Amino acid sequence: MKFADEFRDADIARALSQRIAGEAGDKHWKIMEVCGGHTHTIFKYGIEDLLPSNVELVHGPGCPVCVIPMGRLDDGIALAKRPEVIFTCFGDLMRVPGSDGSLLDAKAAGADVRMVYSPLDALKIARDNPDKKVVFYAIGFETTAPSTALTLLRAKAENLRNLFVFCNHVNIIPPMKAILDSPDLQLDGFLGPGHVSTVVGIRPYEFVTRTYNKPVVVVGFEPLDILQGVHMVIQQILQGRCEVENQYTRVVHDEGNPKALDVLGRVFQLRTQFEWRGLGFISQSGLELREEFDEWNAEKMFTVPGVRVADPKACQCGEVLKGVLKPWECKVFGTACTPETPIGTCMVSSEGACAAYYNFGRYSRARERERAMGANGNGNGNGAVKELKPIEVKAG
Amino acid sequence: MTDTDVTSESPPPEVPVAGSGAAIRAAAARIADPEQRVLERIEEMRKRKPRMRDDAITMSHGAGGKSSHTLITALFADVLSNPVLDQLGDQAVLPIPGVDNLGLAVTTDSFVVSPLFFPGGDIGELAINGTVNDLAVGGATPVGIAAAFILEEGLDVELLRKVVVSLRAAADRAGVSVVTGDTKVVPRGKADKLFITTTGVGIVELPQRSAMARVRAGDVVLVSGALGDHGATVMLARGDVDLEAESLRSDTMPLHGLTKALFDEDIDVHFMRDATRGGVATVLNEIAQGAGVAISMNEDSLPIHDVVRGVAEILGIEALYIANEGKLVAIVAEGDAERALQVMRSRPEGAEAAIIGTVLPEPEGMVFIETVFGGTRVVDMLQGDPLPRIC
Repeated sequence: MKFADEFRDADIARALSQRIAGEAGDKHWKIMEVCGGHTHTIFKYGIEDLLPSNVELVHGPGCPVCVIPMGRLDDGIALAKRPEVIFTCFGDLMRVPGSDGSLLDAKAAGADVRMVYSPLDALKIARDNPDKKVVFYAIGFETTAPSTALTLLRAKAENLRNLFVFCNHVNIIPPMKAILDSPDLQLDGFLGPGHVSTVVGIRPYEFVTRTYNKPVVVVGFEPLDILQGVHMVIQQILQGRCEVENQYTRVVHDEGNPKALDVLGRVFQLRTQFEWRGLGFISQSGLELREEFDEWNAEKMFTVPGVRVADPKACQCGEVLKGVLKPWECKVFGTACTPETPIGTCMVSSEGACAAYYNFGRYSRARERERAMGANGNGNGNGAVKELKPIEVKAG
Repeated sequence: MTDTDVTSESPPPEVPVAGSGAAIRAAAARIADPEQRVLERIEEMRKRKPRMRDDAITMSHGAGGKSSHTLITALFADVLSNPVLDQLGDQAVLPIPGVDNLGLAVTTDSFVVSPLFFPGGDIGELAINGTVNDLAVGGATPVGIAAAFILEEGLDVELLRKVVVSLRAAADRAGVSVVTGDTKVVPRGKADKLFITTTGVGIVELPQRSAMARVRAGDVVLVSGALGDHGATVMLARGDVDLEAESLRSDTMPLHGLTKALFDEDIDVHFMRDATRGGVATVLNEIAQGAGVAISMNEDSLPIHDVVRGVAEILGIEALYIANEGKLVAIVAEGDAERALQVMRSRPEGAEAAIIGTVLPEPEGMVFIETVFGGTRVVDMLQGDPLPRIC
């Protein structure tokens, strides 16, 4: 497959992996990938197998589904349950539990909930169903916000009055800042979000290097992009540099996408504050529709419960997101909090750090041991799997 | 199940009861390794029999993945439990009084696909092939099929005729007849045009050669052809996503000829299952759990048409989880794997067959894949519902 396979080449990966292992030395590195898309790639391709055990990837707050607070999801489900509403959203939101069931449950109970791949699909549904009110539950960072903005501009131009947007769009910079401000921060550098950066460019990350003295490398979403990004972060530190670098030059321009930024500015404004699951309220971190779009604003045109559901006290997602705790070190991990009954953000989506560890931990752990035992050099070659050692043999 | 996993019932580490050095060392290791304890606890929970927690049926209960599995084991098999059903095979095998070396294989399947016609097939053809294949993978020769039709008020008769004619043609191709049937009509809106349930009866030699219990470490995993064609085709045919792919066709076809060829050539087939809903990933998970083994795949070796890879890539789904309607997974004794591949490839149904992995002793119940990139990841059962009503 063109434009994809080139970035998944195992030979280049092995070479890069060896260079990283060589340069990483004995230091323990903690590098955070901010974006959920990166986390997905890391697990899908088993990238951690290609990194030495002293290079740790910390899975950051960039999974748009995970960060939606439960109260906002409850508002969405309440909208979905209204008989006059066709509720539309991206597929990954459907399974996420609210305080009383998920959207999938609401659908089973009779709500008209439809998965869309784009807000423009919601626009089409609104056109095709003039007697219904179509709500689009907008989520995501600067990556998805422009398409919501365009949809709203089009709805306004067409004077389409039965489409409403429930806006949960958020900005990536404020949570990064919140993490950097944390006193127990233990990160060496960041892999910056590639797709967000196609919109905002790479300048917005300069405060990370200037104020916090941590390097940022904006990277793409193919596995080689990630490995190269890790290598670039390590090289910056070893060479005493601290910059915002762009690994994803084939897509990201330093200035971002002026047209998309313009559209965002015309449709959205910053909220004073927005709640993040696991991170709490962060000021100026969310987007809301401008006044001119009041008639398309689901928050203004419908009454929703608007009840804040606090993150459970025992949940330590914040610490996991900051890389202070490993998933298994959380008090409720694997007991009260599982992928089937998630408590915190990190367990909600399969891209969340805890869900990933819950599903893959046992296996990667066995691999780690195998590597530690020094079998077959770096243990990364094909066939290493077949020499997998037993996990733990019962005594006696 | 092996006894290699430490359970939470083991004595608490600070009180090593047994005097053996090994027990003390193990206990000490566990104190030093809280992470291991957490992982063990998760393992313990995973092995528990699933419970039906949901208050209502959701679409994910029909998707063939984890929720379907829970619904079947925790509700149907729990209430209806009997020695034959409890095996949860693709086909049930009943004794024939007075005949020791033959059994009666029975299977049933409902078809609710939307749209009724799609590139490469239609609901009538699916209804025959799906049932024939459920018999064939168990080594049974189909002898007759029963078909029940639920029709929605207002259904176009010409359309119904087209479906029945196609169903007849498929039955002829599979060398089997529809010997009985039933028809019900429901008010408009109470069904979507047309649903079909087919029940197949076949004869199988005993002891059954294709049985999950025969799967063992060292066996080789084959698939009979390219993955995901059917699910991808139906999804695009439905028009929910703005994608077109001219070369995409459903793979619906009967596999009884292919399975017969494998048996005729005396291939030591340990187990076969057709990879419908939930795809090959789900079938392999069922085998890993059912047989208490691990399965390792090599991503490079998976036969997937470029067009399906493209669709999957764009939609963010994986071909491994997409449904097929004419593909089987075969677990074959190591020494016969190459020959099995040749037999498959010599037939049109198996022209794109491939060896995709091996069976390992552990980690028990787990399926994983060596990625094209040189890493490894776990391939879990399908969660959720990416492609509703594809069969």
